[in-house]
Amino acid sequence: MNYKLIHKTEYSYTHPVNLCYNEARLTPRNFVYQDCRDSQFVVEPEPKECRERQDFFGNTVYYFTIQQPHNQLTVTVTSRVDVSGRERQRNFAEHLSWKAAHQQLHTDVDPEILEVRQYILNSPMIPVMPELRAYAEQSFLKDRPLFDAVEDLSTRLYTDFTYDPDFTTIATPLDDVIKHRRGVCQDFAHLGIGCLRALGFAARYVSGYIETEPPPDTEPLSGADASHAWFSVYLPQLGWVDFDPTNNQMPAEQHITLAWGRDYADVTPLKGVVFGSGTHALSVAVDCKRIF
Amino acid sequence: MTDKKNWKTIGDNYHAAKFSDPYHDQQIDEMLSRDGQINPHWHDFMKALDTLGLSEMESRHKEVQRLLRENGVTYVVHGERQGHRPWELDPIPLIISDGDWQTISTGLTQRAELLNLILMDIYGERRLITDGLIPPEVIYAHSGFLRTCVGITPTDSRFLLNYAADLARGSDGRMWVLGDRTQAPSGAGYALENRTALARALPNFFGEVGVHRLSFFFRSLQNSVLDLLLQYEFGQLESATRIAQHRTDNPHVVVLTPGPLNETYFEHAYIANYLGYTLVQGDDLTVWDGRVWLKSLDGLRPVDIILRRVDDIFCDPLELRQDSRLGVAGLLEAVRQKNVIVINSLGSGVLDNPGLMPFLPRIAKHLMGEDLRLPSAATWWCGEPKQRDYVLANLKKLVVKPIYRRPGGRPLFGTELSNAELDTLRTRINAEPHLYVGQEYIRFSTTPSLIAGKLEPRRAVLRSFLFAEKDGYAVMPGGLTRCEGETEKLTVSIQEGGVSKDTWILAPEPEPHISLWQQRTGRMQTAGASEGLSSRAAENLFWVGRYAERAEGHARLLRIMLDKAKMGKMGLETSRLGQVSPARLFTETFGDDAREVSELTYLRSMLRSLTGLTSSHPSFANKSEQSLESELLSIMLDTENSGSLVSTLQALVSAAYAVRDRWSTDTWRVMNNIENLCATLEKSIPEDGDVGTQVLTDLVLQEAELASLDQLMIFLSALSGLNAESMTQTIGWISLDIGRRIERALLLIVLCRSSLVAVQDEWVEDLLLESVLAAAECLITYRSRYRSALHFPTVLELLLLDEDNPRALLYQLKRLEEQIRVLPREKLGYRLSEEEQLILEALTQLQLSNTIDLAERSEHTTQRTGLEKLLVRLAQILIEISDVLTHTYFSHIQRPQQLITTDNL
Repeated sequence: MNYKLIHKTEYSYTHPVNLCYNEARLTPRNFVYQDCRDSQFVVEPEPKECRERQDFFGNTVYYFTIQQPHNQLTVTVTSRVDVSGRERQRNFAEHLSWKAAHQQLHTDVDPEILEVRQYILNSPMIPVMPELRAYAEQSFLKDRPLFDAVEDLSTRLYTDFTYDPDFTTIATPLDDVIKHRRGVCQDFAHLGIGCLRALGFAARYVSGYIETEPPPDTEPLSGADASHAWFSVYLPQLGWVDFDPTNNQMPAEQHITLAWGRDYADVTPLKGVVFGSGTHALSVAVDCKRIF
Repeated sequence: MTDKKNWKTIGDNYHAAKFSDPYHDQQIDEMLSRDGQINPHWHDFMKALDTLGLSEMESRHKEVQRLLRENGVTYVVHGERQGHRPWELDPIPLIISDGDWQTISTGLTQRAELLNLILMDIYGERRLITDGLIPPEVIYAHSGFLRTCVGITPTDSRFLLNYAADLARGSDGRMWVLGDRTQAPSGAGYALENRTALARALPNFFGEVGVHRLSFFFRSLQNSVLDLLLQYEFGQLESATRIAQHRTDNPHVVVLTPGPLNETYFEHAYIANYLGYTLVQGDDLTVWDGRVWLKSLDGLRPVDIILRRVDDIFCDPLELRQDSRLGVAGLLEAVRQKNVIVINSLGSGVLDNPGLMPFLPRIAKHLMGEDLRLPSAATWWCGEPKQRDYVLANLKKLVVKPIYRRPGGRPLFGTELSNAELDTLRTRINAEPHLYVGQEYIRFSTTPSLIAGKLEPRRAVLRSFLFAEKDGYAVMPGGLTRCEGETEKLTVSIQEGGVSKDTWILAPEPEPHISLWQQRTGRMQTAGASEGLSSRAAENLFWVGRYAERAEGHARLLRIMLDKAKMGKMGLETSRLGQVSPARLFTETFGDDAREVSELTYLRSMLRSLTGLTSSHPSFANKSEQSLESELLSIMLDTENSGSLVSTLQALVSAAYAVRDRWSTDTWRVMNNIENLCATLEKSIPEDGDVGTQVLTDLVLQEAELASLDQLMIFLSALSGLNAESMTQTIGWISLDIGRRIERALLLIVLCRSSLVAVQDEWVEDLLLESVLAAAECLITYRSRYRSALHFPTVLELLLLDEDNPRALLYQLKRLEEQIRVLPREKLGYRLSEEEQLILEALTQLQLSNTIDLAERSEHTTQRTGLEKLLVRLAQILIEISDVLTHTYFSHIQRPQQLITTDNL
């Protein structure tokens, strides 16, 4: 599936900002299921410096600084992405039991597995939480394949937790999400990762977009889409497999991947340090169109 | 022969002390051999000690402590007993023989090389992990591993530039490494200061015992820093030849400190000063066009090398800890672009990691083909099940450490823990085993220390320092030894009350003295106009000037008031005045006696001056039942009162601390005296809040209070003398002097407005004139110059318009004009800058006035309106000048804030 994506972020300041430093992780990734053909940044006012680099996780980071007083900052990224289906993952995964997978992950000295083991550890936004372990264990029945167990976990998260965009912000700790059983996609992803890590599996956070289908017979609205997030689990021999607990889906052709890392903090789409005395307001618009 | 016998006696006594001490009789000793003899490398020292005598040594010890205190060598203690704690130095050094040191320093060099290789691998390909030599969790779970630093090549050859190791001698006689310090190791400056103090207190010892000098190490550090600059291929922004030239001619090295609240701030300032680098805080730096710059008074100055004493995670709020106020946004990108070198490399803290220790021998074999020369204390990493089981089974015998050392965290000693505490620890280890190690508890050797005039054994830990050179590492021939304070404690740490020692490495041959002044290139350094003075430093100097002047004026007036009250000079009974509340002084009349009324009028005027001066208004106006003396006392001592003398002194000291590196040793000594006096004054307030007036009255009237004011005046004069005579008259001094001039002018204006504007009867006027002259330090001048009775216009002439009188208002304004003229600024054609216009207006107004007219009382009033108008306008202008200068020169500092994004589905 081919997409044209326009992601526009706008900051308005109450007082002029003289100087700002920013990092954007808004360039879609290239990997086996996705091909990013083109990605353009337009920043206003014009940055004094801008540079691209790959971060530790292989995400593209766009760094820019603005060294002139400005009351508004607009970052518009336009990308063209080709996403392919992942149906075959399931076929390969079905037979590896979670016990065997666990064993392999913890004892194998294969270089890939040694690198992957870092995703078992807790991370800045996902601390160790014993209650997650108890919650997760219910999905890990004896002899169940790892794939099935994770799929079950993802479905349970979808059922047990309420999607509620008014409840959480980035600063809401996972504790509160668990207590109130509600949150947004980022929280669902963090929960899934936390559960898997609590049992000793490697899991990571994926940021991206999801194509939202407009009601039949209506034109899709520009800018109605938004950023999305889900999680990915590592299956020995197969590699990383994605699950979207917010929508109870396996990401396929409607999920566009931007970046991955240990949790949200590693892949914040746009962050910055500004020098100025006022406060700011933010607006984000994402437009995700199929190209045929 | 007799002296030989004697020093053996000191040794024997020490022997006896050691083996009768239940805490120390088991360990081996640095001075005594196993058979109880004095080791040969201690002979020279013991002979010298005997010649001096232990009792004399004790008095030299006091001398050392005095020197350290006066030099302001402090250590900030956190927790309950917060504050700057004086540095403690035991006068008996730890002595290490030449041969022993060879082994130790070769071992340290090897370890530094090894750690450097590990660091390069961790931030490069991480083959050590994929090859199975380091378990992934030892690195990935360590908070010092900074993912954002992966792929950055901080310098061309070496990632680990600055390294320190904590060593202790085990029962086998070998030195063992207890821990590695790779973040921003502290202690080298304290080691140097220890040596300096000891060399002054025990000059003969250094003649009789051949000791390696420390200056070589610092010289080689300076050279290495220069080499880095010369050899490093800076990024493309550097292609302009002009800037490249600047680098070699006048490289700009800064020491980045978290600020005066950091526990080792003294050392940051000391090292910066000693090496000739600029001391800066994060706010002083900015990244602009991809380079790091110092925000200085005359604009931005490029920075080439940052010696950081800030932990790396705080160094860049964009890519590292977002809540950090200590770093510089964009720093990492500047490092990435090779536009600045940061020492130690960002990310190096990952090596400060006891989890690595069990794996070092294998890694050494793998990477270097060598065995470790210096053993590490036996360490078990709990991330491996077998090792964890061992640790859990032997918890009582072991020391448990987290792999990542958090500030304020301390190792846990199994023997010190209760069963409940052991259980908690077990649970913690089981929950996240990879975060912990168990370490063998080494019975450190003891070494003689001077305790209450006798030699007693104390366990010691040595911190050694290394710095990367062109072809390896230079090891400081010495180090910072710490020994236990209380004998029962198992930790040896300065933070927990330990005492430091100098470390003497015996030199086979005498070494020449070298000076850090010799520039290797022989090229003259051209000092920039702003001498690397940051805007923050300039602002602090400005406030040092203002506070010092304020304290002085304030103390002088207080002294006059206390004096008057004490002497009962005004004809009223002291006791009666003492009972009168300030409020009533302003409202009531006391009988009909004309003289008494006059005295009250005088007193009111003086109190108004004091109130104006200290801005502690409205205390004298409406607090009802406070007596005069208790109010005076509050103005002097109350720390709650922001205008009190003590508060002003505290502000002075804290502004001075913030620019610690700017002061000469003598100046700092004076500053310390002021700080101590300030502490004494604070203590003299009775503890319980509700104090009887009588107590206060007695206290105020005590000679001691006056004496301390006298003493304070002397210290403040010394400070102003040193400022005037010992500071180079560049921009830093100018900032300070501007502060002084503005403050002195303002104080004089307050004094004149409150005492001289109102017309009084002749008797009161005379009293007032005399007091004002005294308070303005002009009384003697007046008397010697006019030799006459007090005459209003003449007094005004001397106070306001005499440009030869350094206390007069005109003199302050003229000086201010001179200083303002030389401040760095862009020329605006013939237009004057705002501050130049203001000072010109002030000068003109003052010079156009006429003292005869000013002294005239205005028609239909009891006021000298002309005088009042002039003074009010001048005060306004001075305050505006202060604001304009702050705005133009000091406030380049804007706080960073984080952008937040909340845009997720």
